[in-house]
Amino acid sequence: MTTQPTTPDPAAATAPMVQIEGLHKLFGDLHVLRGVDLTVQPGAVSVILGPSGSGKSTLLRCINELEEIDAGSVEVAGERMGYREVTRRGRTRLHRLHPKVVARQRSRIGMVFQRFNLFPHRTALENVMEAPVQVRGDSRSTARARALELLDRVGLSDRADHYPAQLSGGQQQRVAIARALAMDPELMLFDEPTSALDPELVGEVLGVMQDLARSGMTMVVVTHEIGFAREVADQVVFMDEGVIVEQGAPEQVLVTPREQRTQDFLAHVL
Amino acid sequence: MSQTPTPETDPIPGRIHAVPVPRPGRWISAVVIGVLAAMAVNGLVTNDNYRWDVVGAYLFDTRVVQGVGWTLLLTFLAMAIAVLLAITLAIMRRSQNPVLRWTSWTYIWIFRGTPVYTQLVFWGLLSVLYPRLSVGVPFGPEFFSFDTADVITAFYAAVLGLALNEAAYLAEIVRAGLGSVDPGQSEAAKALGMSESKILRRVVLPQAMRVIVPPTGNETISLLKTTSLVLAVPFTLDLTFATNAIANRIFLPIPLLMVAAIWYLVITSILMVGQHYIERYYGKGFGSDGGTGRPGGGRRRAGRPSRQAAIRQSGTTTDDPFLDVTP
Repeated sequence: MTTQPTTPDPAAATAPMVQIEGLHKLFGDLHVLRGVDLTVQPGAVSVILGPSGSGKSTLLRCINELEEIDAGSVEVAGERMGYREVTRRGRTRLHRLHPKVVARQRSRIGMVFQRFNLFPHRTALENVMEAPVQVRGDSRSTARARALELLDRVGLSDRADHYPAQLSGGQQQRVAIARALAMDPELMLFDEPTSALDPELVGEVLGVMQDLARSGMTMVVVTHEIGFAREVADQVVFMDEGVIVEQGAPEQVLVTPREQRTQDFLAHVL
Repeated sequence: MSQTPTPETDPIPGRIHAVPVPRPGRWISAVVIGVLAAMAVNGLVTNDNYRWDVVGAYLFDTRVVQGVGWTLLLTFLAMAIAVLLAITLAIMRRSQNPVLRWTSWTYIWIFRGTPVYTQLVFWGLLSVLYPRLSVGVPFGPEFFSFDTADVITAFYAAVLGLALNEAAYLAEIVRAGLGSVDPGQSEAAKALGMSESKILRRVVLPQAMRVIVPPTGNETISLLKTTSLVLAVPFTLDLTFATNAIANRIFLPIPLLMVAAIWYLVITSILMVGQHYIERYYGKGFGSDGGTGRPGGGRRRAGRPSRQAAIRQSGTTTDDPFLDVTP
Protein backbone atom coordinates (compact mmCIF):
# COMPACT_ATOMS: atom_id res chain seq x y z
CA MET A 1 0.00 0.00 0.00
CA THR A 2 1.39 3.35 -0.95
CA THR A 3 0.18 6.78 -0.10
CA GLN A 4 2.55 8.35 -2.56
CA PRO A 5 3.69 6.87 -5.89
CA THR A 6 7.34 5.91 -5.60
CA THR A 7 8.01 7.10 -9.13
CA PRO A 8 6.35 10.50 -9.50
CA ASP A 9 5.40 11.48 -13.03
CA PRO A 10 8.01 13.68 -14.79
CA ALA A 11 5.89 16.83 -14.65
CA ALA A 12 5.42 16.59 -10.88
CA ALA A 13 9.08 15.73 -10.35
CA THR A 14 10.12 19.17 -11.52
CA ALA A 15 7.68 21.01 -9.22
CA PRO A 16 8.77 21.15 -5.58
CA MET A 17 6.43 19.77 -2.90
CA VAL A 18 7.23 22.62 -0.52
CA GLN A 19 8.50 26.01 -1.58
CA ILE A 20 9.12 28.58 1.14
CA GLU A 21 10.33 32.05 0.23
CA GLY A 22 11.33 34.97 2.44
CA LEU A 23 9.37 33.66 5.43
CA HIS A 24 9.18 35.86 8.52
CA LYS A 25 7.29 35.06 11.69
CA LEU A 26 6.95 37.20 14.80
CA PHE A 27 5.33 36.42 18.12
CA GLY A 28 4.65 39.94 19.35
CA ASP A 29 8.10 41.55 19.39
CA LEU A 30 9.91 38.23 19.20
CA HIS A 31 11.29 37.77 15.69
CA VAL A 32 11.35 33.96 15.43
CA LEU A 33 11.86 33.39 11.71
CA ARG A 34 14.00 35.96 9.91
CA GLY A 35 13.70 35.26 6.21
CA VAL A 36 13.67 31.54 5.54
CA ASP A 37 13.89 30.02 2.04
CA LEU A 38 13.46 26.28 1.73
CA THR A 39 12.62 23.87 -1.07
CA VAL A 40 11.57 20.27 -0.54
CA GLN A 41 11.37 17.96 -3.56
CA PRO A 42 8.58 15.36 -3.82
CA GLY A 43 9.57 12.08 -2.19
CA ALA A 44 12.48 13.70 -0.36
CA VAL A 45 13.11 13.57 3.38
CA SER A 46 14.32 16.85 4.87
CA VAL A 47 15.62 16.87 8.42
CA ILE A 48 15.76 20.19 10.23
CA LEU A 49 18.35 20.42 13.00
CA GLY A 50 19.23 23.24 15.31
CA PRO A 51 19.44 24.35 18.94
CA SER A 52 16.19 24.92 20.83
CA GLY A 53 14.69 28.32 20.12
CA SER A 54 16.15 28.38 16.61
CA GLY A 55 12.69 28.40 15.00
CA LYS A 56 12.60 24.79 13.71
CA SER A 57 9.17 23.96 15.09
CA THR A 58 7.76 27.33 14.12
CA LEU A 59 8.93 26.80 10.55
CA LEU A 60 7.19 23.43 10.51
CA ARG A 61 3.99 24.91 11.93
CA CYS A 62 4.03 27.64 9.29
CA ILE A 63 3.99 25.01 6.55
CA ASN A 64 0.51 23.76 7.54
CA GLU A 65 -0.84 27.12 8.68
CA LEU A 66 -0.91 26.36 12.40
CA GLU A 67 0.89 29.71 12.63
CA GLU A 68 -0.10 32.73 10.58
CA ILE A 69 2.98 34.03 8.75
CA ASP A 70 4.01 37.70 8.78
CA ALA A 71 5.92 37.91 5.49
CA GLY A 72 6.90 35.70 2.59
CA SER A 73 5.09 32.77 1.10
CA VAL A 74 4.59 29.07 1.69
CA GLU A 75 3.54 26.87 -1.21
CA VAL A 76 2.66 23.21 -0.86
CA ALA A 77 2.25 21.17 -4.05
CA GLY A 78 2.08 24.38 -6.04
CA GLU A 79 -0.71 25.88 -3.95
CA ARG A 80 -0.12 28.94 -1.80
CA MET A 81 -1.05 28.29 1.84
CA GLY A 82 -3.48 30.61 3.59
CA TYR A 83 -3.70 33.43 1.06
CA ARG A 84 -4.64 34.15 -2.49
CA GLU A 85 -3.62 37.04 -4.69
CA VAL A 86 -6.43 39.19 -6.00
CA THR A 87 -5.79 41.88 -8.62
CA ARG A 88 -8.39 44.60 -8.75
CA ARG A 89 -7.97 47.81 -10.77
CA GLY A 90 -4.34 47.01 -11.41
CA ARG A 91 -3.61 46.61 -7.70
CA THR A 92 -2.65 43.22 -6.31
CA ARG A 93 -3.47 42.40 -2.71
CA LEU A 94 -3.39 39.25 -0.63
CA HIS A 95 -6.72 37.97 0.64
CA ARG A 96 -6.88 35.63 3.60
CA LEU A 97 -8.48 32.32 2.60
CA HIS A 98 -11.73 31.22 4.24
CA PRO A 99 -11.16 28.83 7.20
CA LYS A 100 -12.88 26.05 5.23
CA VAL A 101 -10.32 26.38 2.44
CA VAL A 102 -7.47 26.47 4.94
CA ALA A 103 -8.88 23.32 6.54
CA ARG A 104 -8.91 21.61 3.13
CA GLN A 105 -5.30 22.66 2.52
CA ARG A 106 -4.32 21.27 5.93
CA SER A 107 -6.09 17.98 5.30
CA ARG A 108 -3.49 17.21 2.59
CA ILE A 109 -0.64 17.59 5.06
CA GLY A 110 -0.15 15.11 7.88
CA MET A 111 1.40 16.24 11.13
CA VAL A 112 2.91 14.32 14.03
CA PHE A 113 3.47 16.15 17.31
CA GLN A 114 6.05 15.84 20.05
CA ARG A 115 3.32 15.20 22.64
CA PHE A 116 1.34 12.84 20.30
CA ASN A 117 -1.94 14.73 20.91
CA LEU A 118 -4.06 11.64 20.40
CA PHE A 119 -7.72 12.12 21.32
CA PRO A 120 -7.79 10.52 24.79
CA HIS A 121 -11.54 9.82 24.73
CA ARG A 122 -11.29 7.66 21.61
CA THR A 123 -9.62 4.30 21.03
CA ALA A 124 -6.61 3.92 18.74
CA LEU A 125 -8.92 2.77 15.93
CA GLU A 126 -11.34 5.67 16.47
CA ASN A 127 -8.44 8.11 16.48
CA VAL A 128 -7.35 6.91 13.05
CA MET A 129 -10.94 6.84 11.71
CA GLU A 130 -11.85 10.32 12.96
CA ALA A 131 -10.57 12.49 10.10
CA PRO A 132 -11.56 10.26 7.17
CA VAL A 133 -15.13 10.05 8.52
CA GLN A 134 -15.51 13.61 9.80
CA VAL A 135 -13.46 15.53 7.23
CA ARG A 136 -13.54 13.51 4.04
CA GLY A 137 -16.95 11.93 4.63
CA ASP A 138 -15.83 8.31 4.22
CA SER A 139 -18.30 5.67 5.35
CA ARG A 140 -17.50 4.15 8.73
CA SER A 141 -16.85 0.72 7.22
CA THR A 142 -14.42 2.06 4.61
CA ALA A 143 -12.62 4.17 7.21
CA ARG A 144 -12.50 1.25 9.62
CA ALA A 145 -10.95 -1.11 7.09
CA ARG A 146 -8.36 1.48 6.11
CA ALA A 147 -7.62 2.36 9.76
CA LEU A 148 -6.99 -1.29 10.60
CA GLU A 149 -4.67 -1.50 7.58
CA LEU A 150 -2.73 1.54 8.80
CA LEU A 151 -2.54 0.27 12.39
CA ASP A 152 -1.18 -2.97 10.99
CA ARG A 153 1.39 -1.01 9.01
CA VAL A 154 2.67 0.65 12.20
CA GLY A 155 2.56 -2.73 13.95
CA LEU A 156 -0.37 -2.06 16.26
CA SER A 157 -3.30 -4.04 14.86
CA ASP A 158 -3.61 -5.81 18.23
CA ARG A 159 -3.99 -2.46 20.04
CA ALA A 160 -6.88 -1.10 17.95
CA ASP A 161 -9.37 -1.06 20.84
CA HIS A 162 -7.00 0.43 23.42
CA TYR A 163 -7.41 3.97 24.64
CA PRO A 164 -4.30 6.18 24.37
CA ALA A 165 -3.81 6.06 28.16
CA GLN A 166 -3.44 2.28 27.88
CA LEU A 167 -0.61 2.54 25.34
CA SER A 168 3.09 3.26 25.78
CA GLY A 169 4.51 6.50 24.42
CA GLY A 170 6.05 4.76 21.42
CA GLN A 171 2.76 3.03 20.64
CA GLN A 172 0.87 6.31 20.97
CA GLN A 173 3.24 8.03 18.57
CA ARG A 174 2.82 5.20 16.07
CA VAL A 175 -0.98 5.56 16.33
CA ALA A 176 -0.50 9.30 15.75
CA ILE A 177 1.46 8.53 12.57
CA ALA A 178 -1.30 6.18 11.40
CA ARG A 179 -3.88 8.89 12.18
CA ALA A 180 -1.99 11.39 10.02
CA LEU A 181 -1.59 8.86 7.19
CA ALA A 182 -5.32 8.12 7.17
CA MET A 183 -5.98 11.33 5.22
CA ASP A 184 -3.58 10.15 2.48
CA PRO A 185 -1.35 13.22 2.83
CA GLU A 186 1.05 14.35 0.13
CA LEU A 187 3.41 15.63 2.80
CA MET A 188 4.16 14.59 6.38
CA LEU A 189 5.48 16.95 9.03
CA PHE A 190 7.15 15.56 12.17
CA ASP A 191 7.68 17.93 15.09
CA GLU A 192 10.29 16.29 17.36
CA PRO A 193 8.40 12.98 17.22
CA THR A 194 10.73 11.13 19.59
CA SER A 195 11.62 13.85 22.11
CA ALA A 196 8.92 12.87 24.63
CA LEU A 197 9.78 9.15 24.51
CA ASP A 198 11.77 6.98 26.86
CA PRO A 199 15.09 6.08 25.17
CA GLU A 200 14.13 2.42 24.64
CA LEU A 201 10.97 3.45 22.73
CA VAL A 202 12.62 5.84 20.26
CA GLY A 203 13.67 3.07 17.89
CA GLU A 204 10.18 1.76 17.16
CA VAL A 205 8.98 5.22 16.08
CA LEU A 206 12.07 5.92 13.96
CA GLY A 207 11.59 2.49 12.35
CA VAL A 208 8.07 3.38 11.24
CA MET A 209 9.31 6.73 9.91
CA GLN A 210 12.10 5.01 8.00
CA ASP A 211 9.60 2.64 6.36
CA LEU A 212 7.47 5.61 5.44
CA ALA A 213 10.45 7.39 3.87
CA ARG A 214 11.23 4.26 1.85
CA SER A 215 7.67 4.16 0.53
CA GLY A 216 8.35 7.53 -1.10
CA MET A 217 6.55 9.87 1.28
CA THR A 218 7.71 13.48 1.28
CA MET A 219 8.72 14.26 4.86
CA VAL A 220 9.92 17.27 6.80
CA VAL A 221 11.30 16.17 10.17
CA VAL A 222 12.37 18.34 13.07
CA THR A 223 14.46 16.14 15.34
CA HIS A 224 17.55 15.81 17.49
CA GLU A 225 18.23 12.29 16.20
CA ILE A 226 21.42 12.84 14.23
CA GLY A 227 21.58 9.13 13.39
CA PHE A 228 18.18 9.28 11.72
CA ALA A 229 19.29 12.36 9.75
CA ARG A 230 22.40 10.60 8.55
CA GLU A 231 20.63 7.41 7.46
CA VAL A 232 17.30 8.61 6.11
CA ALA A 233 17.59 12.27 5.11
CA ASP A 234 18.03 13.41 1.54
CA GLN A 235 18.59 16.94 2.77
CA VAL A 236 19.74 18.25 6.14
CA VAL A 237 18.90 21.80 7.12
CA PHE A 238 20.66 23.48 10.03
CA MET A 239 18.86 26.42 11.59
CA ASP A 240 19.97 28.93 14.19
CA GLU A 241 18.38 32.16 15.41
CA GLY A 242 15.59 32.10 12.87
CA VAL A 243 17.63 31.59 9.72
CA ILE A 244 18.90 28.61 7.76
CA VAL A 245 22.64 28.57 8.40
CA GLU A 246 23.49 25.68 6.16
CA GLN A 247 21.73 23.02 4.12
CA GLY A 248 22.74 20.18 1.89
CA ALA A 249 23.29 16.44 1.70
CA PRO A 250 23.67 14.73 5.10
CA GLU A 251 27.31 13.76 4.47
CA GLN A 252 28.15 17.34 3.72
CA VAL A 253 26.27 19.09 6.57
CA LEU A 254 26.89 16.45 9.23
CA VAL A 255 30.42 15.36 8.33
CA THR A 256 32.07 18.38 6.72
CA PRO A 257 30.04 21.39 7.81
CA ARG A 258 31.21 24.69 6.33
CA GLU A 259 29.77 27.03 8.94
CA GLN A 260 31.26 27.55 12.38
CA ARG A 261 27.80 27.53 14.03
CA THR A 262 26.99 24.14 12.52
CA GLN A 263 30.32 22.75 13.70
CA ASP A 264 29.70 24.03 17.24
CA PHE A 265 26.20 22.52 17.34
CA LEU A 266 27.35 19.13 16.06
CA ALA A 267 30.25 19.11 18.52
CA HIS A 268 27.65 19.55 21.27
CA VAL A 269 25.21 16.83 20.23
CA LEU A 270 27.53 14.18 18.83
CA MET B 1 -7.99 -7.96 53.64
CA SER B 2 -7.21 -11.27 51.97
CA GLN B 3 -6.43 -14.47 53.87
CA THR B 4 -2.82 -15.03 54.68
CA PRO B 5 -1.52 -17.86 52.50
CA THR B 6 0.21 -20.66 54.36
CA PRO B 7 3.99 -20.52 54.12
CA GLU B 8 4.03 -23.55 51.79
CA THR B 9 1.67 -22.04 49.16
CA ASP B 10 2.99 -18.45 49.26
CA PRO B 11 5.22 -17.90 46.21
CA ILE B 12 6.93 -14.94 47.89
CA PRO B 13 9.63 -16.28 50.23
CA GLY B 14 9.71 -14.73 53.68
CA ARG B 15 6.61 -12.50 53.23
CA ILE B 16 6.30 -10.04 56.12
CA HIS B 17 3.33 -10.52 58.45
CA ALA B 18 3.83 -7.62 60.83
CA VAL B 19 1.51 -6.48 63.62
CA PRO B 20 -0.11 -3.23 62.41
CA VAL B 21 0.40 0.09 64.16
CA PRO B 22 -2.37 0.49 66.77
CA ARG B 23 -4.92 3.13 65.76
CA PRO B 24 -6.85 4.03 68.92
CA GLY B 25 -8.10 7.26 67.28
CA ARG B 26 -10.42 5.26 65.03
CA TRP B 27 -12.07 3.52 67.98
CA ILE B 28 -12.40 6.69 70.02
CA SER B 29 -13.92 8.66 67.12
CA ALA B 30 -16.29 5.79 66.33
CA VAL B 31 -17.58 5.77 69.90
CA VAL B 32 -17.95 9.58 70.10
CA ILE B 33 -19.74 9.87 66.76
CA GLY B 34 -21.89 6.82 67.57
CA VAL B 35 -23.09 8.38 70.83
CA LEU B 36 -23.81 11.75 69.18
CA ALA B 37 -25.72 10.06 66.33
CA ALA B 38 -27.76 8.00 68.78
CA MET B 39 -28.63 11.17 70.70
CA ALA B 40 -29.71 12.92 67.48
CA VAL B 41 -31.89 10.00 66.36
CA ASN B 42 -33.35 9.65 69.83
CA GLY B 43 -34.16 13.37 69.82
CA LEU B 44 -35.92 13.09 66.47
CA VAL B 45 -37.94 10.00 67.37
CA THR B 46 -38.96 10.66 70.96
CA ASN B 47 -39.78 14.35 70.59
CA ASP B 48 -43.54 14.43 70.01
CA ASN B 49 -43.38 17.93 68.53
CA TYR B 50 -42.12 16.45 65.27
CA ARG B 51 -45.51 14.71 64.91
CA TRP B 52 -44.19 11.80 62.81
CA ASP B 53 -47.80 10.56 62.52
CA VAL B 54 -48.62 13.76 60.57
CA VAL B 55 -45.46 13.35 58.47
CA GLY B 56 -46.58 9.81 57.61
CA ALA B 57 -50.09 10.94 56.80
CA TYR B 58 -48.99 13.69 54.39
CA LEU B 59 -45.85 12.14 52.86
CA PHE B 60 -47.88 10.61 50.03
CA ASP B 61 -50.72 13.15 50.04
CA THR B 62 -51.94 13.84 46.50
CA ARG B 63 -51.04 17.57 46.63
CA VAL B 64 -47.56 16.75 47.96
CA VAL B 65 -46.87 14.10 45.31
CA GLN B 66 -48.16 16.44 42.60
CA GLY B 67 -45.90 19.12 44.06
CA VAL B 68 -42.97 16.73 43.69
CA GLY B 69 -43.96 16.22 40.06
CA TRP B 70 -44.14 19.95 39.32
CA THR B 71 -40.83 20.57 41.10
CA LEU B 72 -39.15 17.86 39.02
CA LEU B 73 -40.70 19.23 35.83
CA LEU B 74 -39.51 22.76 36.64
CA THR B 75 -36.02 21.51 37.45
CA PHE B 76 -35.59 19.40 34.33
CA LEU B 77 -37.09 21.88 31.87
CA ALA B 78 -35.15 24.80 33.33
CA MET B 79 -31.94 22.76 33.42
CA ALA B 80 -32.33 21.54 29.84
CA ILE B 81 -32.85 25.07 28.52
CA ALA B 82 -30.04 26.38 30.74
CA VAL B 83 -27.52 23.79 29.49
CA LEU B 84 -28.19 24.61 25.83
CA LEU B 85 -28.06 28.33 26.51
CA ALA B 86 -24.91 27.98 28.64
CA ILE B 87 -23.00 26.08 25.94
CA THR B 88 -23.99 28.76 23.44
CA LEU B 89 -22.89 31.54 25.83
CA ALA B 90 -19.58 29.82 26.60
CA ILE B 91 -18.82 29.38 22.90
CA MET B 92 -19.72 33.03 22.31
CA ARG B 93 -17.34 33.99 25.11
CA ARG B 94 -14.50 32.20 23.26
CA SER B 95 -15.50 33.49 19.84
CA GLN B 96 -13.24 35.56 17.58
CA ASN B 97 -16.22 37.85 17.08
CA PRO B 98 -16.00 40.72 19.62
CA VAL B 99 -19.74 41.42 19.39
CA LEU B 100 -20.61 37.88 20.48
CA ARG B 101 -17.98 37.95 23.23
CA TRP B 102 -19.35 41.19 24.57
CA THR B 103 -22.97 40.03 24.36
CA SER B 104 -22.18 36.88 26.34
CA TRP B 105 -20.25 38.84 28.95
CA THR B 106 -23.15 41.28 29.43
CA TYR B 107 -25.70 38.47 29.71
CA ILE B 108 -23.68 36.73 32.41
CA TRP B 109 -23.07 40.04 34.18
CA ILE B 110 -26.79 40.84 34.40
CA PHE B 111 -28.22 37.40 35.15
CA ARG B 112 -25.55 36.43 37.66
CA GLY B 113 -25.52 39.86 39.21
CA THR B 114 -29.19 40.14 40.18
CA PRO B 115 -31.06 37.92 42.67
CA VAL B 116 -32.99 35.04 41.17
CA TYR B 117 -35.99 36.06 43.28
CA THR B 118 -36.01 39.49 41.61
CA GLN B 119 -35.75 37.88 38.19
CA LEU B 120 -38.66 35.54 38.93
CA VAL B 121 -40.84 38.46 40.04
CA PHE B 122 -39.85 40.28 36.85
CA TRP B 123 -40.86 37.39 34.58
CA GLY B 124 -44.11 37.08 36.52
CA LEU B 125 -44.82 40.76 35.88
CA LEU B 126 -43.85 40.58 32.20
CA SER B 127 -47.48 40.61 31.13
CA VAL B 128 -48.00 43.82 33.12
CA LEU B 129 -44.92 45.46 31.61
CA TYR B 130 -45.65 44.32 28.06
CA PRO B 131 -49.35 43.41 27.80
CA ARG B 132 -49.03 42.48 24.13
CA LEU B 133 -46.19 40.81 22.26
CA SER B 134 -45.97 40.98 18.49
CA VAL B 135 -43.90 39.47 15.71
CA GLY B 136 -42.89 41.71 12.84
CA VAL B 137 -40.18 43.88 11.32
CA PRO B 138 -38.37 45.93 13.98
CA PHE B 139 -39.77 49.48 13.92
CA GLY B 140 -41.87 48.35 10.92
CA PRO B 141 -45.13 46.49 10.30
CA GLU B 142 -46.18 43.64 12.60
CA PHE B 143 -47.35 40.27 11.31
CA PHE B 144 -49.29 39.05 14.34
CA SER B 145 -49.52 39.74 18.03
CA PHE B 146 -50.88 38.09 21.16
CA ASP B 147 -51.59 38.75 24.81
CA THR B 148 -48.47 38.16 26.89
CA ALA B 149 -50.48 36.60 29.69
CA ASP B 150 -51.84 33.89 27.34
CA VAL B 151 -48.39 32.73 26.26
CA ILE B 152 -46.18 33.39 29.29
CA THR B 153 -48.23 31.59 31.92
CA ALA B 154 -47.00 31.37 35.49
CA PHE B 155 -45.44 27.98 34.73
CA TYR B 156 -43.51 29.20 31.69
CA ALA B 157 -42.50 32.37 33.51
CA ALA B 158 -41.10 30.19 36.29
CA VAL B 159 -39.22 27.88 33.88
CA LEU B 160 -37.90 30.86 31.92
CA GLY B 161 -36.81 32.73 35.03
CA LEU B 162 -34.98 29.72 36.49
CA ALA B 163 -33.40 28.74 33.16
CA LEU B 164 -32.10 32.19 32.25
CA ASN B 165 -30.57 32.63 35.69
CA GLU B 166 -29.06 29.16 35.76
CA ALA B 167 -27.59 29.56 32.26
CA ALA B 168 -25.40 32.44 33.46
CA TYR B 169 -23.79 30.25 36.13
CA LEU B 170 -23.51 27.20 33.89
CA ALA B 171 -21.91 29.29 31.11
CA GLU B 172 -18.96 29.98 33.39
CA ILE B 173 -18.68 26.29 34.25
CA VAL B 174 -18.73 25.35 30.56
CA ARG B 175 -16.16 28.05 29.79
CA ALA B 176 -13.85 26.66 32.48
CA GLY B 177 -14.39 23.15 31.04
CA LEU B 178 -13.56 24.21 27.49
CA GLY B 179 -10.48 26.01 28.78
CA SER B 180 -9.28 22.90 30.59
CA VAL B 181 -8.76 20.89 27.40
CA ASP B 182 -5.13 20.75 26.24
CA PRO B 183 -4.65 23.14 23.28
CA GLY B 184 -2.67 20.37 21.57
CA GLN B 185 -6.01 18.61 21.05
CA SER B 186 -7.48 21.33 18.83
CA GLU B 187 -4.13 21.67 17.11
CA ALA B 188 -4.05 18.00 16.19
CA ALA B 189 -7.64 18.22 14.97
CA LYS B 190 -6.81 21.34 12.95
CA ALA B 191 -3.83 19.61 11.36
CA LEU B 192 -6.20 16.84 10.25
CA GLY B 193 -8.31 19.45 8.47
CA MET B 194 -11.28 19.49 10.85
CA SER B 195 -13.46 22.60 10.89
CA GLU B 196 -13.82 24.75 14.01
CA SER B 197 -17.32 23.47 14.74
CA LYS B 198 -16.28 19.82 14.29
CA ILE B 199 -13.27 20.36 16.56
CA LEU B 200 -15.57 21.76 19.23
CA ARG B 201 -18.19 19.02 18.93
CA ARG B 202 -15.98 15.99 18.39
CA VAL B 203 -12.78 16.82 20.26
CA VAL B 204 -13.02 19.66 22.79
CA LEU B 205 -16.54 19.40 24.23
CA PRO B 206 -16.44 15.63 24.95
CA GLN B 207 -13.22 16.12 26.91
CA ALA B 208 -14.49 19.26 28.61
CA MET B 209 -17.51 17.29 29.87
CA ARG B 210 -15.29 15.54 32.42
CA VAL B 211 -14.69 18.91 34.03
CA ILE B 212 -18.20 20.26 33.39
CA VAL B 213 -20.32 17.41 34.78
CA PRO B 214 -19.44 17.47 38.52
CA PRO B 215 -20.19 21.19 39.08
CA THR B 216 -23.25 20.87 36.83
CA GLY B 217 -24.54 18.13 39.11
CA ASN B 218 -24.06 20.57 41.94
CA GLU B 219 -26.00 23.23 40.01
CA THR B 220 -28.84 20.79 39.26
CA ILE B 221 -29.25 20.00 42.94
CA SER B 222 -29.08 23.69 43.76
CA LEU B 223 -31.69 24.45 41.08
CA LEU B 224 -33.96 21.75 42.49
CA LYS B 225 -34.11 23.66 45.75
CA THR B 226 -34.24 27.07 44.07
CA THR B 227 -37.56 25.98 42.53
CA SER B 228 -39.00 26.68 46.00
CA LEU B 229 -38.70 30.39 45.10
CA VAL B 230 -41.18 30.19 42.20
CA LEU B 231 -43.93 31.52 44.45
CA ALA B 232 -42.34 34.87 43.48
CA VAL B 233 -43.80 34.49 39.97
CA PRO B 234 -46.29 33.41 41.49
CA PHE B 235 -46.38 29.71 40.59
CA THR B 236 -48.14 27.80 43.34
CA LEU B 237 -47.98 24.08 42.62
CA ASP B 238 -44.41 23.18 43.55
CA LEU B 239 -43.42 21.04 46.53
CA THR B 240 -42.53 23.84 48.95
CA PHE B 241 -45.71 25.79 48.22
CA ALA B 242 -47.86 22.66 48.52
CA THR B 243 -46.42 21.65 51.90
CA ASN B 244 -46.55 25.24 53.18
CA ALA B 245 -50.20 25.52 52.16
CA ILE B 246 -51.08 22.35 54.06
CA ALA B 247 -49.02 23.48 57.07
CA ASN B 248 -50.83 26.80 57.23
CA ARG B 249 -54.20 25.09 57.07
CA ILE B 250 -53.56 22.55 59.86
CA PHE B 251 -51.28 24.85 61.92
CA LEU B 252 -48.46 22.23 61.98
CA PRO B 253 -45.44 23.72 60.16
CA ILE B 254 -42.75 21.33 61.49
CA PRO B 255 -44.11 17.98 60.19
CA LEU B 256 -44.71 19.45 56.73
CA LEU B 257 -41.24 20.92 56.60
CA MET B 258 -40.04 17.39 57.32
CA VAL B 259 -42.22 16.06 54.49
CA ALA B 260 -40.68 18.55 52.05
CA ALA B 261 -37.15 17.89 53.36
CA ILE B 262 -37.57 14.12 52.94
CA TRP B 263 -38.72 14.54 49.33
CA TYR B 264 -35.89 16.94 48.43
CA LEU B 265 -33.40 14.51 49.97
CA VAL B 266 -34.85 11.58 48.00
CA ILE B 267 -34.73 13.47 44.69
CA THR B 268 -31.19 14.70 45.37
CA SER B 269 -30.08 11.14 46.09
CA ILE B 270 -31.51 9.97 42.76
CA LEU B 271 -29.79 12.87 40.95
CA MET B 272 -26.49 11.88 42.57
CA VAL B 273 -26.83 8.36 41.17
CA GLY B 274 -27.50 9.81 37.72
CA GLN B 275 -24.46 12.07 38.03
CA HIS B 276 -22.28 9.09 38.90
CA TYR B 277 -23.21 7.33 35.65
CA ILE B 278 -22.78 10.46 33.53
CA GLU B 279 -19.33 10.98 35.05
CA ARG B 280 -18.43 7.41 34.27
CA TYR B 281 -19.56 7.82 30.65
CA TYR B 282 -17.41 10.91 30.06
CA GLY B 283 -14.50 9.35 31.95
CA LYS B 284 -13.96 6.93 29.05
CA GLY B 285 -10.28 6.67 28.20
CA PHE B 286 -9.25 8.47 31.39
CA GLY B 287 -8.79 5.41 33.62
CA SER B 288 -11.37 2.88 34.72
CA ASP B 289 -12.94 5.01 37.44
CA GLY B 290 -13.36 8.11 35.31
CA GLY B 291 -13.32 10.57 38.16
CA THR B 292 -9.77 10.29 39.35
CA GLY B 293 -8.11 9.43 36.04
CA ARG B 294 -5.33 11.72 35.01
CA PRO B 295 -5.27 12.59 31.33
CA GLY B 296 -1.76 14.01 31.26
CA GLY B 297 0.24 11.79 33.54
CA GLY B 298 -0.68 8.34 32.33
CA ARG B 299 -0.08 9.20 28.73
CA ARG B 300 3.65 9.20 28.53
CA ARG B 301 4.94 5.95 29.80
CA ALA B 302 4.60 2.30 29.00
CA GLY B 303 1.68 0.51 30.55
CA ARG B 304 1.70 2.81 33.57
CA PRO B 305 -2.04 3.42 34.04
CA SER B 306 -2.94 -0.17 34.89
CA ARG B 307 0.20 -0.58 36.97
CA GLN B 308 -0.57 2.67 38.70
CA ALA B 309 -4.14 1.50 39.39
CA ALA B 310 -2.80 -1.70 40.95
CA ILE B 311 -0.34 0.27 43.04
CA ARG B 312 -3.09 2.57 44.33
CA GLN B 313 -5.44 -0.38 44.89
CA SER B 314 -2.97 -2.04 47.23
CA GLY B 315 -3.18 1.00 49.50
CA THR B 316 0.40 0.62 50.67
CA THR B 317 1.58 3.95 49.27
CA THR B 318 0.64 7.52 50.12
CA ASP B 319 -2.86 8.33 48.92
CA ASP B 320 -1.84 11.23 46.70
CA PRO B 321 -3.45 11.18 43.25
CA PHE B 322 -0.62 13.30 41.85
CA LEU B 323 2.08 10.96 42.98
CA ASP B 324 3.47 8.48 40.47
CA VAL B 325 4.90 5.54 42.34
CA THR B 326 7.35 3.41 40.45
CA PRO B 327 8.52 0.36 42.39
